[in-house]
Amino acid sequence: MCKEKIVEVKNISMNYHTLNGETTALKDLSFEVCKGEIISIVGPSGCGKSTALSIISGLIKPSSGHVMINDQSVEGTHKNIGYMFQKDHLFEWRNILDNVFIGLEIQKKLNKDTKLLAEKLLDMYGLAEFKNHYPTQLSGGMRQRVALIRTLAIEPELLLLDEPFSALDYQTRLAVADDIGSILKKEKKTAIMVTHDIAEAISMSDRVIVLSARPAVVKSIHTINLTLDCERTPLTSREAPEFRHYFNTIWKELDVHVS
Amino acid sequence: MSHKNTITNTSFSKEHINFIKNHKKRKKEIRITQISLLVVFFALWEIAAKANLIDTFLTSSPSQMWYLFIKLAKDGSIFNHIAISSFETVVGFITGTLLGTLIAILLWWSDFISKVLDPYMVVLNALPKTALAPIIILWAGAGITGIIVTAMTVSLVVTILGVYGGFKEVDEDKIKMLKTFGATKLQILDKVIIPASIPTIINALKINVGLSWVGVIVGEFLVSQAGIGYLIVYGGQVFKLDLVMTSVLILAVLAALMYQGVAYLEKKLIKYK
Repeated sequence: MCKEKIVEVKNISMNYHTLNGETTALKDLSFEVCKGEIISIVGPSGCGKSTALSIISGLIKPSSGHVMINDQSVEGTHKNIGYMFQKDHLFEWRNILDNVFIGLEIQKKLNKDTKLLAEKLLDMYGLAEFKNHYPTQLSGGMRQRVALIRTLAIEPELLLLDEPFSALDYQTRLAVADDIGSILKKEKKTAIMVTHDIAEAISMSDRVIVLSARPAVVKSIHTINLTLDCERTPLTSREAPEFRHYFNTIWKELDVHVS
Repeated sequence: MSHKNTITNTSFSKEHINFIKNHKKRKKEIRITQISLLVVFFALWEIAAKANLIDTFLTSSPSQMWYLFIKLAKDGSIFNHIAISSFETVVGFITGTLLGTLIAILLWWSDFISKVLDPYMVVLNALPKTALAPIIILWAGAGITGIIVTAMTVSLVVTILGVYGGFKEVDEDKIKMLKTFGATKLQILDKVIIPASIPTIINALKINVGLSWVGVIVGEFLVSQAGIGYLIVYGGQVFKLDLVMTSVLILAVLAALMYQGVAYLEKKLIKYK
């Protein structure tokens, strides 16, 4: 299906145990991600989207099935994976530059070259003058960009984004999604994004995976093909004629009932 | 904060200048009232003593206390007492805080140990530590060591519980963020748990200044030949109330100074606020 597979999720299932019983969060989930692709996973809230990301990252072990990254089975956390959260989780006692270095420090890769790359990323994405500022002095959108650069600084092959914009207000969210979508494309990163925002999923990704309600199985996979006169970015994507069509199909598949 | 706005008069409206003025005025009023309260209190005390409204044998008077202080300062003995008590207190609250933090780290490291020790911590926390002072002094020696250990014990359990509580409050997702980079438990402790808990540890230090003084005074009541606590107990025994009162005042000043010292340390250490 694609030239170079990076991630292969094979029949993963996940059960959670509490003293009151057992819940199946994921059931027999399988999909693949190709190099350079941005994939979104959407699904009803509480269906186990974030659990899937945690399993891919190696933070938690699935009850059954396995995840292959570059044909290697995932056992524990992987140094080639960058993870981005809903909140930026910047450390308020470190300035922006030191926050960006944290991943490198943990992986003992902090040296002249990696420092230079991190600073270059900050320069490129408009944060050069804030290097010595503390996180409390930055706006929410800027902080989220710093969080992305912190993730990119370790030069990950694969990025996992767990609802990365949902803590931002709507306008900021559109702008930051556009920013980060463009950065990911420019840096030629492969990414899997979990979101509950259908429009965001379509606008940012090459493919959208729709999950069913819990226990989550893959309901459908949409390859997003948009006809655009200009270059595709998350913002321009929203103007494509097919956008509405994808939106309606996915909305119906999600089968949301408020009762 | 790394940068501060420099205030220039030219760039503000009249309204804003008025706002600043009122703010300063209010601050001044509060400070003046605070000082007046103290002055009035001592003045009334002195007047009441001079007019024989109160029995100075039981209450002493500010002037008697002042003369006594000058006398003790001239022969230098008071500074010796101050130095001894201060030394005991500082060593007490620093070791109490350090040891408490170390034990808190141990509890954080092993959830099992923390769960096992939980009921013992609750009991030890509820127990008035001063009740242990006679035992500690018998074990650690009837001298400065015994007093320091007493001071440390008074603050130890509170520190353990407070700092451990601070550790547990660190956002799980921040820890998860480090784990995604492949952080080990030691790295999590070093990079997030400890730095995030510095404010909690400083708070413990602030509380421990007061608690440590309790330990030192109780210890000195029991055994010592020198120190502020010794002066208080000695003054009480020989009915020299001016000595007792002077010592208590000195104690109040010392405790306040130490608290300010910790507050200064806090300001130096936590730059990002």
